[in-house]
Amino acid sequence: MADRPVGLREPGPPPALEVEHLVKVFPGPRSAGGFLAVDDVSFCVPQGRSLAVVGESGSGKTTLARMIVGLERPSAGRIAVAGSARSWRRVSSAERKRRAREVQIVFQDPYSSLDPRQSVRRCIEEALVLHFDLDRAGRTARVEELLEQVRLDRRHADSLPKRLSGGQRQRVAIARALACAPKVVICDEAVASLDVSIQAQVLNLMSDIRNETGVSYLFISHDLAVVRQVSDDIVVMRRGRIVEAGPADRVLDAPEHPYTRRLLAAIPRPGWRPAPSQEEVGTSS
Amino acid sequence: MAGTGTPLLSAAGLLEEKRAGGGLLRDPVVLVSTGIIVLLVVIAVFAPFIATANPDSSNILAVNEAPSAAHLLGTDSLGRDLFSRLVYGARLSLLGPALIVCISSAAGTVLALAAAWFGGFFDQMVSRAADVLFAFPGIIFAIVAVSVFGRGLVAPVIALAIAATPYVLRVTRSVALRQRRLPYVAACYVEGVPAWRIGLRHLLPNVAPIILVQATLAFGYALVTLAAISYLGLGVQPPSATWGLMVATGQAAILGGHPEQSLYAGVMIVLAVVAFNLLGNRLAAHLET
Ligand SMILES: Nc1ncnc2c1ncn2[C@@H]1O[C@H](COP(=O)(O)OP(=O)(O)OP(=O)(O)O)[C@@H](O)[C@H]1O
Ligand SMILES: [Mg+2]
Repeated sequence: MADRPVGLREPGPPPALEVEHLVKVFPGPRSAGGFLAVDDVSFCVPQGRSLAVVGESGSGKTTLARMIVGLERPSAGRIAVAGSARSWRRVSSAERKRRAREVQIVFQDPYSSLDPRQSVRRCIEEALVLHFDLDRAGRTARVEELLEQVRLDRRHADSLPKRLSGGQRQRVAIARALACAPKVVICDEAVASLDVSIQAQVLNLMSDIRNETGVSYLFISHDLAVVRQVSDDIVVMRRGRIVEAGPADRVLDAPEHPYTRRLLAAIPRPGWRPAPSQEEVGTSS
Repeated sequence: MAGTGTPLLSAAGLLEEKRAGGGLLRDPVVLVSTGIIVLLVVIAVFAPFIATANPDSSNILAVNEAPSAAHLLGTDSLGRDLFSRLVYGARLSLLGPALIVCISSAAGTVLALAAAWFGGFFDQMVSRAADVLFAFPGIIFAIVAVSVFGRGLVAPVIALAIAATPYVLRVTRSVALRQRRLPYVAACYVEGVPAWRIGLRHLLPNVAPIILVQATLAFGYALVTLAAISYLGLGVQPPSATWGLMVATGQAAILGGHPEQSLYAGVMIVLAVVAFNLLGNRLAAHLET
């Protein structure tokens, strides 16, 4: 089933992200052949679009994301960003830096994805210094621009992460990702650990950012309510394989695979609507 | 559960920070031990201004004298002023352990960060080498070094620094490994931050507190070991003064009814070691909470 390119490819410019027959085998038991965490996964994310990868825990979503950003080496397959494929040879520092401008990632846990000893400003500036030739004033201006983009009050700029709430930290992580001006941002359960109302704010924010910057998203989630709000297309994974793929409305409203139906049945609140955007309460200290 | 208390959590974080910073300064053990250490360092640095006499000038006419206005702690069997020798003795007695701790902390930290970063074969090699070094007690190492390179400060210091490195390495490596697995390091990697910069600007600051605690505890241990080497006559040679050497030279006077000559130096050693150990233990306790 995963042999056929997942029906999402369109004529025109090359997709922002294209993944073909990606496989990851972790060394280890399962009759000594190793553990097949990602099994022949193919999909593509057109420029400015948003693809969601859903699936239960252990289905290989994080492993997939880690391979795309270079934290894990694929066992087989092809990853191409904006039409150019990546090689799996050991990457040089310069190549890693180049790839950073292609794909960035926001992790799930807001409490450990920021350096506890680095202020918000220094965290974002670190990315800017690496990737752009800006002077001091230019950097400061860009930091403020990015903070504005993620709706983080500039008085938080010099705070350490421990002064920030979970939602605020995820905003910083998003700003850091955007600082590299990537073509694709991967969100690995990026809102899963946030309050529902704050989830909604962050998701709205991300959709605004997409409209402003034209960035593409790869949204990883097990929460189909979240997925409905942010994705154009959906890929459903189970035990490392894609079992169903298609436009979000189609997959959510008329799921074909029994596994997808089961996932959908597990949603507690079908008619979920985002709360009106309000500032996060009680976070100003 | 997750996330429902994010604002609360950050408030708790604030409180905790206050408690940790303020708690350290309000801890009497920390204050007293830090005070003793500062005092010892001041004595060592300003020895010429504190000493009342030349520590090395002997006077055959005034041996084994009792404390007096001229000789605050009396004189030793060569008629040297004991107070001044104690004061000057602080210099080499503290310099040796300081060098040992600096060298072993630097070497151990660099190796630990590299092992945590590269993992795999390099990590295995470093860890096995450390295991081998663990098998040799530092003092044996030092004695061998002295027999090869001669007595003095340098050979024992280098030997003890090498012997202490695996201890720094082991603790720092485990903390660095834990940090290295956190997503913020992965984020830096994906951002394109060079490996050396991740090590120096992100891992190092986050493992620094534990290195500091280790160094404090190691200082006391190094001081005792160096004093023992001095006492055995393998370290700094007379007429230079170290506390370990003073314990040894004072021994002859014990039989002559003057045990205090060894005792003064012994008290200094114990004072310094206890201060460093107490401070190290308190810092470790504060780090854990
Ligand atoms: N480094 C590794 N070594 C061995 N097995 C691994 C490794 N990383 C992940 N796995 C295994 O691969 C499988 C897929 O894990 P992965 O984290 O990609 O799942 P996931 O879909 O992200 O799950 P979750 O929703 O819980 O985050 C799991 O069974 C996991 O145990
Ligand atoms: Mg995951």
